[in-house]
Amino acid sequence: MMPFEYHRAVSVTDALTAVADRPDAAFLAGGTNLVDHMKLGIVAPGLLVDVGHLPLTEVHVLSDGTVSVGAEVRNSDLAAHPVVRSTYPVLTRALLSGASGQLRNVATTGGNLLQRTRCVYFQDLTTPCNKRTPGSGCSAIGGYTRYHAILGASEHCVAVHPSDMAVAMAALDAVVVYLDANGEHRQPLSTFYRPTDDRPDRDTVLPHGALITAVDIPPPPEHARSTYRKVRDRASYAFALTSVAAELVVADGTVTGARVALGGVAHQPWRARVAERTLIGGPATEDAFRAAADAELGLARPLPGNEFKVELTSRAVVATLVSLVEGRQ
Amino acid sequence: MFSSAALKITHRAISNPMDIADAQTMSGLHATEITVRVDGAEYRVRVDNRVTVLDLLREHLGVTAPKKGCDHGQCGACTVLLDGRRATTCLALAVAHDGAAIVTATGLGALDALHPVARAFLDHDGFQCGYCTPGQICSAVGMLDEFKAGFPSHVSVDLDLSGELDGTEIRERMSGNLCRCAAYPNIVAAIEEAAR
Amino acid sequence: MTSLVEPHAIGARLTRLDGPAKVTGTATYAYEHRVDAPLYVVPVQAAVARGSVTEMDASAALALAGVHGALTVFDAPTLADTSDGDLTILQDQRVHYRGQIIGGVIADTAEIARHAAGLVRVRYQAEAHHTRLSPDDPGLYAPEKVNPDFDTDTASGDVETALRDAAVVVDATYTTPLEHNNPMEPHATIAIWDLDSRSLTLYDATQGVHVVRQTLARTFGLEPDRIRVVATYVGGGFGSKGAPHSHNVLAVMAAQRVPGRAVKLAVTRQQMFAFVGYRTPTIQRIRLGADRDGTLSAIDHAVLEQTSTVKEYAEQTAVLTRTMYAARHRATSHRLARLDVPVPYWMRAPGECPGAFALEVAMDELSVACGVDPIELRVRNEPAVHPESGKPWSDRRLVECLRSGAERFGWADRDPTPGVRRDGEWLIGSGVASAVYPAKNMPGSSARISCVAPGRYSVQIGAADIGTGTWTALTQVSADALGVDVGDVDLEIGDTDLPAASVEGASSGLSSWGLAVYAAVHAFRREHGDDPDVGATTVAEAPERTEAQNYAISSFGAQFAEARVNRYTGEIRVSRMLGVFSVGRVVNPITLRSQLIGGMTMGLSMALHEESVRDHRFGHVVTQDFAAYHIACHADVPAVEAHWLDSVDVTLNPMGSRGAGEIGIVGSAAAVANAIHHATGVRVRDLPVTCDALLR
Repeated sequence: MMPFEYHRAVSVTDALTAVADRPDAAFLAGGTNLVDHMKLGIVAPGLLVDVGHLPLTEVHVLSDGTVSVGAEVRNSDLAAHPVVRSTYPVLTRALLSGASGQLRNVATTGGNLLQRTRCVYFQDLTTPCNKRTPGSGCSAIGGYTRYHAILGASEHCVAVHPSDMAVAMAALDAVVVYLDANGEHRQPLSTFYRPTDDRPDRDTVLPHGALITAVDIPPPPEHARSTYRKVRDRASYAFALTSVAAELVVADGTVTGARVALGGVAHQPWRARVAERTLIGGPATEDAFRAAADAELGLARPLPGNEFKVELTSRAVVATLVSLVEGRQ
Repeated sequence: MFSSAALKITHRAISNPMDIADAQTMSGLHATEITVRVDGAEYRVRVDNRVTVLDLLREHLGVTAPKKGCDHGQCGACTVLLDGRRATTCLALAVAHDGAAIVTATGLGALDALHPVARAFLDHDGFQCGYCTPGQICSAVGMLDEFKAGFPSHVSVDLDLSGELDGTEIRERMSGNLCRCAAYPNIVAAIEEAAR
Repeated sequence: MTSLVEPHAIGARLTRLDGPAKVTGTATYAYEHRVDAPLYVVPVQAAVARGSVTEMDASAALALAGVHGALTVFDAPTLADTSDGDLTILQDQRVHYRGQIIGGVIADTAEIARHAAGLVRVRYQAEAHHTRLSPDDPGLYAPEKVNPDFDTDTASGDVETALRDAAVVVDATYTTPLEHNNPMEPHATIAIWDLDSRSLTLYDATQGVHVVRQTLARTFGLEPDRIRVVATYVGGGFGSKGAPHSHNVLAVMAAQRVPGRAVKLAVTRQQMFAFVGYRTPTIQRIRLGADRDGTLSAIDHAVLEQTSTVKEYAEQTAVLTRTMYAARHRATSHRLARLDVPVPYWMRAPGECPGAFALEVAMDELSVACGVDPIELRVRNEPAVHPESGKPWSDRRLVECLRSGAERFGWADRDPTPGVRRDGEWLIGSGVASAVYPAKNMPGSSARISCVAPGRYSVQIGAADIGTGTWTALTQVSADALGVDVGDVDLEIGDTDLPAASVEGASSGLSSWGLAVYAAVHAFRREHGDDPDVGATTVAEAPERTEAQNYAISSFGAQFAEARVNRYTGEIRVSRMLGVFSVGRVVNPITLRSQLIGGMTMGLSMALHEESVRDHRFGHVVTQDFAAYHIACHADVPAVEAHWLDSVDVTLNPMGSRGAGEIGIVGSAAAVANAIHHATGVRVRDLPVTCDALLR
């Protein structure tokens, strides 16, 4: 790690001011991803502005039913929050499937969204990586791809976003609220992450110096059931091979509402809109679920070494939807 | 060798090379004076901003209970109770924890007055090489508090947590603590006993 | 002395004597020893797999405040002895594997040292490297011996004809991946060099302080008595701490640069995948020929594995096949590929572990092909004497282990048809495998007995406790040897100031050291009687148990596993593991059970999770941390039961015991793989078994 300056922000304004003139500044919240990557030498901020003590730690229910989650709410507190547990089980289950108890006690909502890929080549300074240094090449292509993308990738970058929480939030049409010098902005999570163009070093549309203050989640449809399923190589404490955040509304055996997002398969949570369109209006049966999943995964462009994730993801979608219909978690 | 009187737990703040060498090695901008409370004792030190809470404890304060197993938040051996909650210390910067209260496995109880969780680990042989053990014990203490506070887990069938702390729950909640010696079944048995 | 002792403390369920220190975090591991104002050394590693370093520019590193110096391949002391390729670093510009230590930076703090090490600019003349193990490798060769001293090939009868004539043949290839030991405590050392006395002190994470002393004495041209090595507590090793590695050499070189200053070196978890040993990948072809009822006529076990170009290490993967089953026509062989990779080394049950995976899955395939129960198949092929040497068994009770385990596991209720048992989303199956591990003593251990107070004795020996329970079990052994209570024995281990001890390895520790303790007690009593004066002391060396060479001495066991496979995703969870073992007399039931379940769980981890992926384009392991290299976590591990037979082995030591630290991992992966086949009908022959193999 290179030496760096440290400033504990006493207010949101103070935080914004502190980074405004410093292109080498970064916000520090829980640190569970930033400090990890600083140790590996892949990021080297000259100034850390600690926002972990700012009063952004509440979960508010707004008058229209929107749940506004403060950016500094800890992952474990968010998962356990009574409103989240009852209203958005998909979000609680997504959070609880991620990391470990002790990491969830420290990681924050904003930090979870902003966490960067765990691609082994991104994290290794000795292997070329376009996300670290645009134009230097992608070592994952032609390499170890078990944990890499099958959707939305490009020749520039095939890394996946590692968050579980973000996948649930994507299914729930969450909106990222952030502040910068120009005031407050609202960015739908669906367009928060940048596509995999020739600047994979830029993960999100967040301008430098902008501070996430909250994530707003609209109220779910009536009679919705939701859950999260994570497929991994170990029973716990492992990143997803693939994951599914799903919400269904079923009336008399017909799907009247469906929101499905996939994790572990793309550079961002992958909203499975083709699957959703195929599901809605159709029967709530395993065959129909399979057809919808296959329609979505028809977009997949797997890599040598991760072709299995296409079939695996289809089956995971089916299993998740079946469990929702059967009332299992 | 192991008679109860033989080993005393003491904390000695070892002389921090930073205090002495600071003027030469660390620009004022890159180091910060902090105060932390560790196992009941207060320390005031000036640290290189890069120092993690783990290295603050182990290298600067001589508190070697939490262990460095991976230094990247992937094994849990560095777990302590940080302001009352279990947390990994290898990814926590010391400067970001000015004023923190930290309890390590050493602070949970003395050799002749073991914390109930530590006692249970001893009685059930919930360890072998012992390297992950301080982290396991702190994690278990924190986890039991979380369960009492109604926190669900990945395996909780009912998110409103009407279930018991059974083996399945314990295993999931403790999965952030790796054990290569694989004392796992004994650790679970120890925690089951301590939870009663 | 050659007769068995009457057990009193031996066999007692004594909780670990080092337990209170471990559960309060006050046990001191290598890196934690208090030293004044230490310096820190961080390695610089090669970023090519083969070639030469042409330039190393440490100027930016040296310019940092707090940096004391740098070692490079151009600027390092000449080693006195360069015969050990694993330890010979910084002697020339050659790079033999990616990640090789090519320098180091010494600084006031670990943060400064690490930052500075990253500033060292290195240029290479890279050469095409060869890191992939392949059956088509033209350079495959037969080593002279396989680890530690077995014949490379054995053959008897006419395997080809027997296979041709056999009613049933299994001919399959099995693979185990590259695996890393990954003890929870990464290797670490503190080195202090005293210039005036030309002496070295090391606080090291090692399975054998005397091995470290002897080896580094030779490497650095020092008299062994000028080196003191201390290892009071060690955070696991599983073989990787059985010998010093190149980081020890770097630490000593750094210490010699700053005489009088303690230099601390902590291997990072990433570096644990680079230069502290590993288990070679294996490609194993097993051919079994049998009658319709499963009686074997032919067994052929051919192994392909790798070694480094700088030092040969040939894992004895097929050796267990020489012991396990009867058959008239037999062959085993080992072939190595010399690759541009680090040096392989011991990993729990070298040889037996990967070999048993292949053999025990092959036996399961044979049972299916013959329509014979897999336990009956093994019973049918039980050899009355060692199949190759003809020696009588000292104590072989594999059949009892299998039968006892079958009863405890509920095997009689098992429908052998694969894929018929279901529970919701899960397919359920069960599997069985045999386990074996040779038992022996290692020579060279001595112990000192002293009377420290009336009726109170100290026992001193440079033995190690890496989690095995030596602190406790050896105290029990000593108490019975002396005829006193455990509370009247002060055991001291883990220090070269104590009498020399063999390394903790090959499951030989407790037996070898116990033998030394008995010899010393016997000599002490002869010299000082039953009521010695305070201060009376005697040292003696363990004798050789020559009668042992008349017997085939191994521990045996039976491994059972139940596996659940998700019918949607192919995810695998082991829901039950049970083992029944025969390990001779049990010294401490608590620590024994922990060793057995620890080994069994490591076998589960081997079956389902562990694989180091070496990217052959670069030459190094890219899965170089605990997020990418999975070891079993709490949630993966079900109830694991370990049981043992009541038995005594008189051949090795007066305790009647055999080693048990490694047998748990032997056969457990095969039991899991066999269970997966039973659950799904899919036969996976390559480890780890992952969901993608079961998606069909």
